[in-house]
Amino acid sequence: MAKKHISFTLNRQNIDVLVEPRELLIHVIREQLQKTGSHIGCETSHCGACTLDLNGQSVKACTVLAVQAEGGEVLTVEGLLQNDKLHPLQEAFMQEHGLQCGFCTPGMLMRAYRFLQENPQPTEAEIRSGMAGNLCRCTGYQNIIKAVQTAAKNMASA
Amino acid sequence: MIPPEFEYHRPETIDQALVLLTQHGEEAKILAGGHSLLPLMKLRFAEPAHLVDLNFIESLRGIKESNGLIEIAAMTTESQLITSPLLLDKCPLIPDAASQIADPQVRSRGTIGGDIVHADPGNDHPAIMLALEASFVILGSNGERIVPASGFFLGAFDTQLEENEILKAIQVPVSVAGSGHAYCKLKRKTGDFATAASAVSLVVEGGVCKKINIALTNVGATALKAEAAESILTGQTLSDLLMEKAVEKAMAICDPAEDLRGDREYKIHMAGEMTRRAIREAFAKATGGG
Ligand SMILES: Cc1cc2nc3c(=O)[nH]c(=O)nc-3n(C[C@H](O)[C@H](O)[C@H](O)COP(=O)(O)OP(=O)(O)OC[C@H]3O[C@@H](n4cnc5c(N)ncnc54)[C@H](O)[C@@H]3O)c2cc1C
Ligand code: FES
Ligand code: FES
Repeated sequence: MAKKHISFTLNRQNIDVLVEPRELLIHVIREQLQKTGSHIGCETSHCGACTLDLNGQSVKACTVLAVQAEGGEVLTVEGLLQNDKLHPLQEAFMQEHGLQCGFCTPGMLMRAYRFLQENPQPTEAEIRSGMAGNLCRCTGYQNIIKAVQTAAKNMASA
Repeated sequence: MIPPEFEYHRPETIDQALVLLTQHGEEAKILAGGHSLLPLMKLRFAEPAHLVDLNFIESLRGIKESNGLIEIAAMTTESQLITSPLLLDKCPLIPDAASQIADPQVRSRGTIGGDIVHADPGNDHPAIMLALEASFVILGSNGERIVPASGFFLGAFDTQLEENEILKAIQVPVSVAGSGHAYCKLKRKTGDFATAASAVSLVVEGGVCKKINIALTNVGATALKAEAAESILTGQTLSDLLMEKAVEKAMAICDPAEDLRGDREYKIHMAGEMTRRAIREAFAKATGGG
């Protein structure tokens, strides 16, 4: 099948890449563009490890075609760092010990990044339902919730 | 897992989409949110040679009201349903049900049209559509037709939609004074389809149930309208005795398949329980107690 040229912004940089229509966005980002922060856990839209931001929404990049990103804006965990400064969410995950093995963390961070823009002052219950599409096999979630709470607080007072 | 090869089309108008669908006939499939279709393609259960992506057609998104009807364009996503002030005010059952579907990421892609047309017995919108007496605006190369939700669902993954027709919009009546709605869905965990679920929409006047619609999810090949249960309650004041009779009638039409979510007996029992809860909740809302 003929490959297509697509362009989009990845972490604020213009990207031009040649893809097959059937290629999933997560594969193009990890394999062609070498941004391996976004992980692949299930490849069946269940675990949330591949979560990234596409046009201002959280999506599971294992269930979006790369060609669908044409003309769009993509943000991955690599794009959270700005001017060599960690994002308040990254600081909070460190401070609250919001990870153990770290496999789910990029997806958690990217979902939390969008969630806190949708709801900057969430209750604990709102965080739990807002983060419900991301699975973690290590932490038991408590510290992840705490990290999101801490980040919300720090971002509000910043 | 990567889908099989296909050619990708990105029309920007409905007319362009119809031309592509006609041109490629049975080799073409519509791509909406992709959260049912792409998983099926990864598994090779679907192998369309052409995908017609509706995501870039502006006129297929949005929610508006005119003449007592709310019209929801088919590509409106679950997240957009959940946050729509118009729906929250005038048709709260839809945002309520949408918020019980999958998880936030899936809901930012999945569309109401895709959920209806896919017609998996586990899809939630079909029962909601039956409970709300919705109609579907369908577009084909021969023009537009409007089909009521009742009768639209023919079997598992089978509807009255003809090959290469587009579901353009969903019409639902604005809810009237004294109405109450509920969708009670039992699921094992977030992101799971219903073990059983029940949608209720009713109107109460002076304590009497003037009208009630009850529809069930995932306990048959299609969403099921529990008409015998509805007749028990119509024109009556709600009592424990009538409630139990209605629940019994609702359970009698269930014909679920046994799977990891439970055996038949359990699922039928749960469909009864979800119906009991949904009727109570809808009644409470209609009478100001919810
Ligand atoms: C983890 C997970 C959990 C889920 N849980 C639930 C759940 O609890 N409840 C639930 O209801 N669903 C659930 N789903 C399914 C999800 O809601 C899908 O988004 C939905 O079933 C299909 O909608 P879509 O927009 O993604 O359609 P697609 O997958 O793009 O399309 C589905 C089918 O409909 C056709 N189609 C789509 N739009 C149109 C149109 N406008 N006109 C004509 N044909 C069209 C397509 O050709 C295709 O055959 C879940 C999915 C996942 C991945
Ligand atoms: S890898 Fe995409 S959701 Fe698991
Ligand atoms: S930290 Fe190991 S999966 Fe979440």
